Amino acid sequence: MSVADRRDLAWWVDRVAQILVLLGGLSAIVFIVGIFLFIGREGAGFIFEGFSLREFLLSPRWTPTSNHNPTFGALALIAGTASVTGLAMVVAVPFSLGAAIYIGEFATGRGRETLKVLVELLAAIPSVVWGFVGLSIMNPLIVRVFDAPVGLNVLNSGIILGLMAAPIMTTIAEDALKAVPDTYREAAEAMGATRWQVILKVVLPAGRNGLVAAILLGVGRGFGETMAVLMASGHAVNLPTSPFDAVRALTATIAAELGETAEGSEHWQALFTLGIFLFLVTFTINFLADVFVRGGLPGRRRGRRPVASANP
Amino acid sequence: MIHPIRAGIPVLAVLLAGCAGNGEASRDVIQNKGSDTLVNVAQAWAEEYAKVAAATAVAVSGGGSGTGISAMINGTVDIANSSRRMTDSELEQARANGHDPIEYVVGYDALAVFLHEDNPLAGMSLDQLADIYGEGGATERWSQLDVAPPGCPSDRIVRVSRQNNSGTYFYYRDAILGDQRDFKLGSLDMHGSKDVVDLVENTPCAIGYSGLAYATEHIAMPCIRSAEGGDCVDPTVATAIDGSYPISRPLFMYTAGEPRGAIREYLDWVLGDVGQCILHQKGYAPRAELDCS
Repeated sequence: MSVADRRDLAWWVDRVAQILVLLGGLSAIVFIVGIFLFIGREGAGFIFEGFSLREFLLSPRWTPTSNHNPTFGALALIAGTASVTGLAMVVAVPFSLGAAIYIGEFATGRGRETLKVLVELLAAIPSVVWGFVGLSIMNPLIVRVFDAPVGLNVLNSGIILGLMAAPIMTTIAEDALKAVPDTYREAAEAMGATRWQVILKVVLPAGRNGLVAAILLGVGRGFGETMAVLMASGHAVNLPTSPFDAVRALTATIAAELGETAEGSEHWQALFTLGIFLFLVTFTINFLADVFVRGGLPGRRRGRRPVASANP
Repeated sequence: MIHPIRAGIPVLAVLLAGCAGNGEASRDVIQNKGSDTLVNVAQAWAEEYAKVAAATAVAVSGGGSGTGISAMINGTVDIANSSRRMTDSELEQARANGHDPIEYVVGYDALAVFLHEDNPLAGMSLDQLADIYGEGGATERWSQLDVAPPGCPSDRIVRVSRQNNSGTYFYYRDAILGDQRDFKLGSLDMHGSKDVVDLVENTPCAIGYSGLAYATEHIAMPCIRSAEGGDCVDPTVATAIDGSYPISRPLFMYTAGEPRGAIREYLDWVLGDVGQCILHQKGYAPRAELDCS
């Protein structure tokens, strides 16, 4: 305390490094606020003037370029995104939890390392490649196997999205299981529990919050995914009644229409309003996931576990 | 899905043009952008024109009619390609920005209806199309048209359309439904003519539409009647030229104000025999009948 700092090179390097790291940390806040301000400003004209929340949330009629009756109902788009994401979770949750339990509790040595690398590799496949798989492999397959009228539908995009979300969910779920202290397992085993009993009665309940966070982040990933869903869902404004119906996602609508829409027009602003809606939903999901991760059970060790954010 | 690839071509073209331009400062670069329907022929024009007029480079990019028209309004393009007329409000916006768009019809395009190659339906009327595609139209199943396409046990008509701001979408909607009616919801809205053709080729239940130039050998194109019981006209370049095909449309180029210099020369060449024959080779109808052999 009493000794004054020596302002030599090391001191300056230390200072500069501190500032750079601080800027890096702050940048996340700057970007998130900046993005929200930007899409808010672009969508504002629509929200404050022509906007009817009732129509937006309750009408399935999305006809922004109609000559006589332009309607901006997002219900079918919301239903599209929700149905695809819902099916994706049905596919992804068993796969990813199973994989996480196997990697975390059963696999050992080389096998475990190989599996982890493979799961991470799966997460690295670009979404347009998944979309291509949906378009050129799943599409004819679904038509042939199910006699469906068209293979680009909820089923196709749900499976594709499930496979895309599973690796991320596996990684986070495995972290959650790893965070359960070994003393829990040892205590249960000392009481005579079998391996499966230990997992089912001790490890899974203790890691519950982390597992819920993993699923929520998977849902966030599903809501935000664009390219694969655009290619595999059929891109049809439609309230789905079966997995074989083509649907359209919120993200895909923005991607497909923004490019040819006149800047500042009502249609343009409506697309940004979809963006605001998406942002709010994914923000809420990620926020909830974070709450679950932090709100550990009483008696759990304190501190935070690192959780990768699923959404850019 | 096709866009990123198409978008790459113009970037490359601009880069090449830029490199070539470094040596000779006098070289003119014409920015040409817009309709995906026209992009193939616009590129062919640019390539051929480079051979006859070395002092001018034409940088072509697609993106859709709307993209080209927006660029015209914003003044970032010399020639905008469009498969639809600019609307009054678009013309006003452009004039407000100090660009007075001049319209040129560079050719005609027959808008073909596409069916899977196994679909036995040989001809359709505009009313039938309106009942299939239009809001309130009752036709949902192939059996209502008295056909049973092989490989389509569900009998459902899978409507394939375009994204709702493409020039092809606008033209087709207004041609079969008039300007006061909208498409039924639930069509599969593809992002490009080629995607429409690909999907219809692989889907026995499907019906789609796009420019004739995008047709392949593995797709069926029914003849079209303008009225029930009338003549059924096949979509061909010839029927588009003589106007007997009911859904053929003009293709436009727009310049910002009366064109001068290199842009004027390029347009004259495009509208002349050489340019029109290139258009013809690409599967579109020239402005007037001409001998390209």
